Amino acid sequence: MPVEVTIQKTVLAIVTDDPRKASGAPTFVVPDESRRQHVATILSRILQGQVHDLGDGMLIVVRH
Amino acid sequence: MRELWEQVTSGTPFPHGPAIAFGFLLGMLARVGMLRSDYRQYPTYPHGYASHLFLGAIAALVGAVAVPALLEREWTAVTFLVLVAQQFRGIRDMERKSLKALEDNELVPRGADYIEDMAKTFETRYYVVIFVSTVTSAGVEAISVPGGLFLGVLAFGFSALLVRKRLIGDIAEVKAASPNFRGPDLYVGDIFIMNVGLEESRRAIEEQGLGAILIPRDEDARDTLGSPGQRQAIIHDVQAILGIRKDLDTPEFSPIIRRDLKTGRVGLFFMPMEKDEEPMLAVIKRVPVLESARGRGSKALAGRYAMD
Repeated sequence: MPVEVTIQKTVLAIVTDDPRKASGAPTFVVPDESRRQHVATILSRILQGQVHDLGDGMLIVVRH
Repeated sequence: MRELWEQVTSGTPFPHGPAIAFGFLLGMLARVGMLRSDYRQYPTYPHGYASHLFLGAIAALVGAVAVPALLEREWTAVTFLVLVAQQFRGIRDMERKSLKALEDNELVPRGADYIEDMAKTFETRYYVVIFVSTVTSAGVEAISVPGGLFLGVLAFGFSALLVRKRLIGDIAEVKAASPNFRGPDLYVGDIFIMNVGLEESRRAIEEQGLGAILIPRDEDARDTLGSPGQRQAIIHDVQAILGIRKDLDTPEFSPIIRRDLKTGRVGLFFMPMEKDEEPMLAVIKRVPVLESARGRGSKALAGRYAMD
């Protein structure tokens, strides 16, 4: 029987304007604000996670 | 037909015929009366109806024959009836299992507390059936057919009173409140709900979102609303009845219900398919208070000290 593993309540991906602000999770560096929103939307749909805005150009994707 | 009726009611060919027949009849009626095709309860499906009517018939028969069997000094029969009654404990397990199996594929799960509450309700209904049919058949044996029927109806009323449920509307005031954003943070009224990162989702929530605030009427109600199981039951019902604008890949549109820690008030955010406030408030008020979530601080001495 195949077992499905879902990772929850952890940062699945980081979308940021500056690589120095992030570490420890897959990070996507997108300097442009609206592009960042776009990348975060796609990541959120793929990972079925929610996007949170930490301010200062940082978005994270978390599955709750 | 008429002849058969007279035979049955006079009890000539069938000893205890009237007691068993009317006990069974009232027990069955009790089960049918409790078979609500309510949106909250499974079974709202034909197969659910069928299986519960069948089990109801067994329960009614068990209750109806118990007293005649005792009168006939059929101890073996009595022992078997007790054994059969034990089987109804399995109902809870059956309901729990089937609801749990569906849980993974719900857009908004019911939550363990709600499932437990439903399973318990189903089990109790069979005990009510047994009680009603036993009382009826005892009444028919001891008094008369009308007397037995009267006692049966009385027994049903008494049990209904005993197992009746309180509703959220009884313990809390439910008010509409608009979802609003402070930066990326979503609030309902003044209660923080969550952080929404996507601008597009924020716009959608501002256009389509609904919010409500539940204000507990007393300290016990405050604890009840604090229970995560109770809150999950509320959002499950709201989305199940009103229809939700959400899919698996848009978790930001999940209904969320959060507590205001200072006052114990609860804020609810919900993305409906059709934006309509009144039905949402009506649904919230009709959600049952779960037994496992019920606050009972006021029942304890120390709790009463803490009340004021």
